[in-house]
Amino acid sequence: MRIVVPMRAVPDLVEEIELTADETGIDREYLTFVLSEWDAQALEEALLLKDSSGAEVVAVGLADDPEIDQVLYTALAKGADAAVKITYSSAAGSSGSAGLRTADRAAVLAGYLAAQPADLVMTGVQAADDLDGQLPSALAVLLDLPHVSVAVSVEEAAGSVTVRQEFAAGISHELQVQLPAVIGVQSARQAPRYAPITRIRQAMQAGGLREVTVTLPPARSTLIVRRMHRPEETGHAEMLAGSAGEVADQILGLLRARGLVKG
Amino acid sequence: MNDEVSGNVMVLAEHTGKQVSEGTFELIGKARELASAMGCKTEVILLGSRELAGQLSGADIVVCMEHPGLIEYLPEAYERALLEVLVQRPPRLLMMSNATIGLDLGSSLSARWDAPLVAYVSALDVDGRAVTATAKILGGKVLAEVELKGERGIVTVLGGALSASAAQLGGTPEVIDLVPPAGLDSLRMSLRQVLEPDPGDIDISAADMLVSVGRGIESQDNMEIVLELADALGVPLSASRPVVDAGWLPKTRQVGQSGLKVKPRVYLALGISGAPEHLEGMRNAELIIACNTDAGAPIFGAAHFGTTVDLFDLVPELVDKIRG
Ligand SMILES: Cc1cc2nc3c(=O)[nH]c(=O)nc-3n(C[C@H](O)[C@H](O)[C@H](O)COP(=O)(O)OP(=O)(O)OC[C@H]3O[C@@H](n4cnc5c(N)ncnc54)[C@H](O)[C@@H]3O)c2cc1C
Ligand SMILES: Nc1ncnc2c1ncn2[C@@H]1O[C@H](COP(=O)(O)O)[C@@H](O)[C@H]1O
Repeated sequence: MRIVVPMRAVPDLVEEIELTADETGIDREYLTFVLSEWDAQALEEALLLKDSSGAEVVAVGLADDPEIDQVLYTALAKGADAAVKITYSSAAGSSGSAGLRTADRAAVLAGYLAAQPADLVMTGVQAADDLDGQLPSALAVLLDLPHVSVAVSVEEAAGSVTVRQEFAAGISHELQVQLPAVIGVQSARQAPRYAPITRIRQAMQAGGLREVTVTLPPARSTLIVRRMHRPEETGHAEMLAGSAGEVADQILGLLRARGLVKG
Repeated sequence: MNDEVSGNVMVLAEHTGKQVSEGTFELIGKARELASAMGCKTEVILLGSRELAGQLSGADIVVCMEHPGLIEYLPEAYERALLEVLVQRPPRLLMMSNATIGLDLGSSLSARWDAPLVAYVSALDVDGRAVTATAKILGGKVLAEVELKGERGIVTVLGGALSASAAQLGGTPEVIDLVPPAGLDSLRMSLRQVLEPDPGDIDISAADMLVSVGRGIESQDNMEIVLELADALGVPLSASRPVVDAGWLPKTRQVGQSGLKVKPRVYLALGISGAPEHLEGMRNAELIIACNTDAGAPIFGAAHFGTTVDLFDLVPELVDKIRG
């Protein structure tokens, strides 16, 4: 079984996000990019399938995504069998990678997967900057494959996979899905494995990212971003000032007033 | 068959086969507002069980499609059925929840029906027939105001972002039946079973107060200090999803969209950023106190009181002071 895991890095949300001067996009210049947490989960679930049934795991990314080399070498260090960087020649009118929307990313990946088919495509349920929807089902339509997202486990079962799809309040559905298929992973059956930095360095020294080129069809998005802004300050919390001890006193005062702490 | 063009505002009803979800009524409430501004009607799509049509107060029209394969949600079946509805009665706007079904089908319907989609929507407006949606992206740190050009569009809306309940709506809708598309019996996937969560743990949704911990706690070893705080206060410890995914607390303690909705008198959030999926589960707590070292964390938009003191400094102080 050949499993392809599309991966990318997204802005680190612990940092302040700066907007572009025209306020219709994010200023990427000073941002730190980190592996999208749900792609990390998808890779882990794919590696668990490799551990249990010897699947071949191929991590793929778009060549001009920020930090993509780091993302792909880390995937190799964790146990992926191969890593592929996709370069695309964009038709007139499509935006650069930084502004690529989900539908365009799906088109690039579909171009690769049409030439190098997978039995299973597993990618994160979403990415933090998705504006026009999520990748898994956009990709599935282009490949005309069945798809299931918000998966919390994927196990092999003779020509198909058993997928657990999660809903609110911990309710989930167990589905039997014929292969080939596209799965959006919410969380893996276990926390993503750790790759020691020495192993990532070894992977980098060994090189071995394969490169392929596909042609991106013209973008057809009809979304117009009018403005981006930070959430209004209205309804903002009243900030408690002082040292940790002083803040603790104020919090306990709030709890005492409600009879939740004695004394 | 009905081949009239609707051009209405359409909502996908979510249900369990027995009960229509609360979130559906939030969507219907907003759909009515938009429909009245655009001079059109509110339609609700009900797949699977026609009997639930009676619960769908607030809709002008309920479009039913009955088929045994549509009673429980199944991605491929729902996608085909919805596409059939969209083709037969093309709406101006389709609204779905930004939970599992929306995350699953938003993009594929957008591609198959060839309509723009905006996900993570927290507000909607119309200006003539132009629809604008505000999306909460980057974990709630940025709002994007987006215009949906053209005559059709899809939005997936965050739970709890709009307020309306079944009780406020009322009215008896007209029911229109559509014939299910062919092929629902020959799908590439099937539903094997519905799994309910394990009961047995304490019920965090019944607690007066919760100490809730997020990824800011960093490691399983550090869980000790927040357990101690919860213990000193005599309240349960709950958590955001990453803490549960890491296996540091059971699933029964997860607050949020895919966990439980809680409404305690006090919710103390420690090292939780306030992603939309988390806010959905706790934004209605009476008093929210948040501790997060990032002054720009979205949790401060939902909290009543906040502090940027490090949780590793704050929590031991709280414990010492409570224990006296
Ligand atoms: C379909 C779906 C369903 C989901 N359902 C849920 C759900 O039910 N519940 C849920 O919670 N999430 C859910 N999520 C995940 C959600 O998107 C976020 O990823 C998650 O809520 C983030 O958890 P967090 O705030 O603990 O972590 P982070 O976003 O990583 O935030 C950690 C915070 O801790 C702060 N911090 C770090 N160190 C310290 C310190 N020493 N002191 C104080 N603060 C510190 C940081 O500033 C940061 O803001 C869902 C996602 C999807 C796609
Ligand atoms: N899940 C689906 N929802 C809607 N249309 C679909 C779906 N799957 C396949 N189709 C389309 O239905 C037609 C028949 O597909 P198939 O059932 O695969 O032979 C093709 O044009 C597909 O693109």
